[in-house]
Amino acid sequence: MVASTSRPATSRSLVLPSLDAIGAWVLALVWIAPLVFAVWAAFHTPRAALAFDISAPLTFDNFVAAWRAAPWPRFFLNTMMLVTSILAGQLVLCTLAGYAFARFPFRGREVVFYLVLLQLFILPEVLIVENYVIVSRLGLFDTILGIGLPYMASAFGIFLLRQAFKSVPRELEEAARVEGCGWVGVLWRVYVPAARPVYLAYALVSVATHWNNFLWPLVITNSVSTRPLTVGLSLFGAPESGVNIAVISAATLMTIAPLLIAFLIFQRQFIQAFLRAGIR
Amino acid sequence: MSETGSLERRRLALYGWMLAGPALILLTLFAFLPTVSTIWQSLYSRETARRPSVFVGLDNYRALIDDPTFWQVVTNNLVYAAVTIPLSIAIALGMALWANSHLPGRGFVRAAYFTPTMLPMIAAANLWLFFFTPSIGLIDRITGLFGFAPTNWLGQQETALWAVIVVTVWKEAGFFMIFYLAALQTIPPDLREAATIEGAGRWTYTRRVLLPLLMPTTLFIMINALINSVKLIDHLFILTKGGPYNASKLILYWIWETAFSYFDRPTAAALTVIVLAAMGLIAVLQFRGLEKRIHYR
Repeated sequence: MVASTSRPATSRSLVLPSLDAIGAWVLALVWIAPLVFAVWAAFHTPRAALAFDISAPLTFDNFVAAWRAAPWPRFFLNTMMLVTSILAGQLVLCTLAGYAFARFPFRGREVVFYLVLLQLFILPEVLIVENYVIVSRLGLFDTILGIGLPYMASAFGIFLLRQAFKSVPRELEEAARVEGCGWVGVLWRVYVPAARPVYLAYALVSVATHWNNFLWPLVITNSVSTRPLTVGLSLFGAPESGVNIAVISAATLMTIAPLLIAFLIFQRQFIQAFLRAGIR
Repeated sequence: MSETGSLERRRLALYGWMLAGPALILLTLFAFLPTVSTIWQSLYSRETARRPSVFVGLDNYRALIDDPTFWQVVTNNLVYAAVTIPLSIAIALGMALWANSHLPGRGFVRAAYFTPTMLPMIAAANLWLFFFTPSIGLIDRITGLFGFAPTNWLGQQETALWAVIVVTVWKEAGFFMIFYLAALQTIPPDLREAATIEGAGRWTYTRRVLLPLLMPTTLFIMINALINSVKLIDHLFILTKGGPYNASKLILYWIWETAFSYFDRPTAAALTVIVLAAMGLIAVLQFRGLEKRIHYR
């Protein structure tokens, strides 16, 4: 492995791949193997899928069977509504709170901020039992808002935006103030545009997280009209439901397709966004 | 003059509270209030049709301590944490070093490492289910080539937890890689040249220069991995349901089962309090580290 880095550049064109390259590639292949196998299985009959018969004909039957077996359009709609409403709530609440913690001196600010950070550790997932009671008392059991509300005041978002706002030079704010901007104007014209990369990164992380979230939605939903994709998929794919491998693969691919395709198209921006958010 | 100053200060404070208010209300409602009511609930007995709930002090905790299942689940979760945290961090570091170097097909390699991060745990579990299926699953096919007998990976006590661990590491490593990648890109290339001139080999450079520079990132990832070792349990619903005989049951899954399958809220509350206490301890340690870093600046 040591040799690979010190190889003279002249022989670059004809050499075999270095040990590093081989290692990286093997790991990459192992890492996507489950997905590759799911694609294989989804397009073959169950028998052919398990026989690994390369010459077996491709088929769309599994997707048709999976699509017919559950109300997927509804699950898709629920997930989209859920993800959008959580993101909208988070953007508004975390912007306001981040602004407050970054720029408004008020008594007890430090203590309150530490309390907010504590939520990074008091996970909504761990509090499912009592949050279930609270959401039910609010009359929000089995509603999209009921799934989303506990996540909207995100400590992570508040923290990220506070850091971003703090790094904005004061002079920009004062310039805007001279031009007659009030507090809202300063936030909207100066701070929000300056933090755009952070917003993008946070939005991507939020959407990916809540598209994939399972335990809390499982607990707090009870009907087709509110269940998100993950809960639908878990009920559909549970071993006791007796659905075969090929159909489960097809259903799994269907549910992950939107996010996966979006990721592959925007891969560079996505990873850049992650990197730029810095999350220091 | 001073009066207008204090007025201005009060106005700012009022704005501050108003801006932070909505978020603070929601945090109180869904983080602080439930924490307090969980503690409260854990001190009461289970309500049944015949007997109302009464105050029982620490009885729920005592019952847990006497319950061998509790110790098994705690042990499982400790093993889960002790294996997934270092393993996924080590793999993530290797991935980042590779994904950051000039390899042919680097784009594909990066995407392959990161893709599992984009999948829901439920979907990941579905994908892995076929790998673990006895005889016909991919893993048994491969071990079968070497003459091993088929294994019921998910169905026997010796292997069920390990199968769950494999899926978690697979899911996590690519996510942690991103943070290492970010950190690696802030390290100036001159350092490497300097080290090479000094005659340091690659291994020395990695151990003496890279790893210390990556330490803050490693700490950050470690905290994340710790939280994940409590949180990442979705795949249990598909793969093992905590079985066989609790061999792969993790605490959060058990909390869910206790509360929503057995409807034993007080016991679930006591369990939750134990998890919260553990998380609180981690939080304190983390804040200490955070404070240190702030002081450095």
